[in-house]
Amino acid sequence: MTEDRGAQRLVELLADHEDDFVTQWVATVGESLSGRLSNAELERELRDLYAALRSGLASGALASREDGFAEIRSLLVELSRNRARQGFTPTETAISVFALKQVLEPSLTGSAKDIRAYLQLSRLLDELGLLTAEAYARTREEIISSQADQLLELSTPVVKLWDGVVAVPLVGTLDSARTQVVMERLLQALIDYNSTQAIIDITGVPAVDTQVAQHLLKTVVAARMMGADCVISGIRPQIAQTIVALGIEFGDIPTKGTLADALRHALDTIERDKRLAENRGSLL
Amino acid sequence: MTDRVPVLQIGDVLLVSIQVDLEDRTVLDLQDDLSKRIVDTGARGVVIDISALEIVDSFVGRMLATVAAISRVLGAETVVVGMRPAVAITLVELGLTLGGVRTALNLEAGLAALRRAVHTERPDRA
Repeated sequence: MTEDRGAQRLVELLADHEDDFVTQWVATVGESLSGRLSNAELERELRDLYAALRSGLASGALASREDGFAEIRSLLVELSRNRARQGFTPTETAISVFALKQVLEPSLTGSAKDIRAYLQLSRLLDELGLLTAEAYARTREEIISSQADQLLELSTPVVKLWDGVVAVPLVGTLDSARTQVVMERLLQALIDYNSTQAIIDITGVPAVDTQVAQHLLKTVVAARMMGADCVISGIRPQIAQTIVALGIEFGDIPTKGTLADALRHALDTIERDKRLAENRGSLL
Repeated sequence: MTDRVPVLQIGDVLLVSIQVDLEDRTVLDLQDDLSKRIVDTGARGVVIDISALEIVDSFVGRMLATVAAISRVLGAETVVVGMRPAVAITLVELGLTLGGVRTALNLEAGLAALRRAVHTERPDRA
């Protein structure tokens, strides 16, 4: 019963001062955002929210989870997503909701009914504010994961360096997921470019540990099984020291200091193979 | 009755093109057929084309190594050609490296690899 009356009083209050409240709300929020969002846009957003809040309260709902607030929930999630993309902080977004409390304060008469109504609204707005924070975090996570995907795409190009030679300039740390992508791309490139030589350049790999070496070895073995030779290049002095200190064995895989050396090695090998395979009349 | 993998002779080379899914029985038949043909023809090289092979297991991986070893005993060099990227990745994940098996990107490169192998070996044998 008492809850019902609280909602009733809120609906009245919000209906009576609609224009006043919205104007003040826009002013308060506009101040906190320090002009990074145009007033017209802000007013449109907040007016929508206000209307949704009123209709939610009018339906008798008081907790943000209830069906009556479905509209304002989706509005807030949308608003929070946009704010997250525009680079606003979660605080700034949440304040947009909390500011309505501040706006309402002066119009309270101080009667018990008003106080109950205000507390009711306050609780509701707290929940809605938290909702925006949640939506904000979710949006940021989506952005981060899509950026990680883009990074994976960007950071593993396979280039044709010469006839029969492809190279993969690796940039960044090599983990299992990236090794998989690098391996797939490299092996496909071997077929596409009909290459018998592959150069894996690790100039851009910040550190080589046993795990990274393991991934490199896997890639080399896979390329070998398809019939291509691999050279690892771009081993900086620092990295060479680490490799020796860790006792990493690259076995019979040729390693070179620079990409240029590796290319020369690859071309020499192609030349030597061609000479050795020269057709002497018969098939063999 | 299981499919048998045909073994074709081109000059000094035997060509085995695997076009069917390999069952264990097929693999064993192939080993039999191939070793017999090497002896009969006196072939110097064997090319195993696996470009149509999409799925491999460790048994097939081991078969390739075994066939190569058998051929070598009989005096023929083996080269495996046309391995697909997915197959190579699978074999690596299975921990098989096919060490000791010559590989090449395609048939042409495979024949070149055989020529290389035969020519570099000839002085040793003489």
